[in-house]
Amino acid sequence: MATKNAGRQVLLQGNEAIVEGALAAGCRFFAGYPITPATEISEAMSYRLPGVDGTFIQMEDEIASMGAVIGASLAGVKAMTATSGPGFSLMQENLGFACVAEVPCVIVDVMRGGPSTGIPTHVSQGDVMQARWGTHGDHPIIVLAVSTTQDCFSITVKAFNLSEKYRTPVIILADEVVAHTREKIRLPHPGEIEVLDRIRPNMPPDWYIPYENNSRGVPPMSSFGEGYRYHVTGLIHDVRGFPTERPDEIVPFMNRIFRKINQHFADIQMVHEESTEDAEVLVVAYGSVSRSARRAVREARQRGVKAGLAQLITLWPFPRQTMEPLLRKVRAVLVPELNMGQMSREIKRINQGMTRIETLNRIDGTLITPAEIFARLVKL
Amino acid sequence: MAEDTKLVYKYLRHDKKFPHVWCPGCGNGILLGALIRAIDRTGLEKDEIALVSGIGCSGRLSVYVDFNTVHATHGRALTFATGIKLAKPKLHVIVIMGDGDATSIGGNHFIHAARRNLNLTAIVVNNNIYGMTGGQYSPTTPYGALSTTSLYGNIEQAFSIAELAGMAGASMVARGTVYHASLLDELIEKAILKRGFSVVEVISHCHTQYGRKNKLGGAVEMLRWQKDSAVRLEKARSLSQEEMEGKFTIGVLVDRDLPVYTQEYRKVREAAKKMMARPS
Ligand SMILES: Cc1ncc(C[n+]2csc(CCOP(=O)(O)OP(=O)(O)O)c2C)c(N)n1
Ligand code: SF4
Repeated sequence: MATKNAGRQVLLQGNEAIVEGALAAGCRFFAGYPITPATEISEAMSYRLPGVDGTFIQMEDEIASMGAVIGASLAGVKAMTATSGPGFSLMQENLGFACVAEVPCVIVDVMRGGPSTGIPTHVSQGDVMQARWGTHGDHPIIVLAVSTTQDCFSITVKAFNLSEKYRTPVIILADEVVAHTREKIRLPHPGEIEVLDRIRPNMPPDWYIPYENNSRGVPPMSSFGEGYRYHVTGLIHDVRGFPTERPDEIVPFMNRIFRKINQHFADIQMVHEESTEDAEVLVVAYGSVSRSARRAVREARQRGVKAGLAQLITLWPFPRQTMEPLLRKVRAVLVPELNMGQMSREIKRINQGMTRIETLNRIDGTLITPAEIFARLVKL
Repeated sequence: MAEDTKLVYKYLRHDKKFPHVWCPGCGNGILLGALIRAIDRTGLEKDEIALVSGIGCSGRLSVYVDFNTVHATHGRALTFATGIKLAKPKLHVIVIMGDGDATSIGGNHFIHAARRNLNLTAIVVNNNIYGMTGGQYSPTTPYGALSTTSLYGNIEQAFSIAELAGMAGASMVARGTVYHASLLDELIEKAILKRGFSVVEVISHCHTQYGRKNKLGGAVEMLRWQKDSAVRLEKARSLSQEEMEGKFTIGVLVDRDLPVYTQEYRKVREAAKKMMARPS
């Protein structure tokens, strides 16, 4: 077991910590296209990857970046891209391909003010719904939010692990504040970090059925060039990977790709709770806003208000199993976020009259302050 | 012929994915045969080949052959191929695209793949039309031609795919037709073995959409047109501009040695390792 001070103390900005997390998780391929406030991820990757026998490539756009990431992952290399709102929109079609073809990969979206070119250099949380529903069609997805530089490291490792374990794209939602804040963080020793790899087939190639159902709902994945020749397509396919239009093959396929995420909710849903045991009022926050929320909750406690914080790490699938009991026991909930109410909408949907939900929204490119949350919290 | 059947049997996913989706007489079938013969001649193992295709009638090709295959998104096949090649350079990555796939929605990827000069083989099936969606004009539909979205005649100028590839920096560019099938075998074989980005523009026909709309006859008549209009490069050199009017050249149009991306990237890795080794 590692001691508390093991590892290396370094001063990093969030974007750099994401790069370190990715490398620690085994990422060896990055394709990207520059965009504020995510550019430093590309820059650091271009500098770091070749030194560890990895590959960085600057593609002609974000569509191409996402395509290259999928290709690299099919060839067996852990791959990532990073962008912001406009580029994230361009990635959506290929992101859907990765969902349907079950290609592990990680996409970082450092959120900035939108829509369109928006407020390029300022903070926002406007892509919560794009991350969930950006690509067309019903699809499962995992979306994680980071709030500190330390998170940027450890949640990125987690993102790779989940993507490998469940053969799915995982989206990391960072925001301009988290991405550019410099903090001292602890980089653990490689031995301390849990790194998971996709399960590969061990049967003879002739027996390999690339999309066959199993109890986990996650079929083993072969890398190209290792004897298990198979077909990868964005068309809905049968268990062999060949296109199908048969309802009796389409339905089990769709059910499986949802089930592989839903049935493992306990592993996937991450919520950091603070002072929730006896809380009467609750703040639900994520990303950089959760830092303001933490401070506000602590100050409220000092004033005798029984406040608690539920910081969402997993945004999608929405951590319903953790959140429902909390909603049931508190008098009121405040959801501060840097958008018009994207996550509060989901919380209201889950709530079904269990408690009162209030919102605090900001879309002007500045952070919500602890004082603002505090002021609302004491009146809840 | 018997030899051919055996080859086709060896490389096709014959028991899994047939009958195919193509119209009887479509040029895609001839291309499939040429591709298989070319690959067989290179002596490469099936496992060593990754075949990536785009979306369209031509894009369906990848499902029929027993390689590591990807049926990518429309226009993006080259981007998937780029990732595969960089992640596993020992794979021979072949990309099949339609004219719309490669030069319209995927036009940006096409020129940048050529410029980057990654060791990929791009085969573009030019049938002058969007076949799969039912015959709309594409970037290679000739001026004046009819399509379901140019019912009054196409007012846009066509791209020359081969010239585009050459100008963008491809190491090798060839043009063939599905009529000249044995030449096509040779061109594809050469393209696969070429180090660097190689492009084979395959002049094909879509009698179902383009042929019918423009009253060019069926597959046979359109193949005859290919026979009559294609001029071997060696012969074209001796013909005047007037004699070449309405005709096109076939053969290897560009063949040059340029720095290959993966080779260049090796230098980047070495430089990075030197930098990392320096005491900070
Ligand atoms: C993003 C996107 N836009 C449009 C389509 C619809 N689409 C499918 S195939 C195709 C055109 C195919 O034409 P071409 O590339 O020339 O190939 P062909 O069918 O002639 O072989 C189009 C427009 C699509 N699949 N995806
Ligand atoms: S529509 Fe045209 S391109 Fe498509 S299969 Fe038929 S003939 Fe071939």
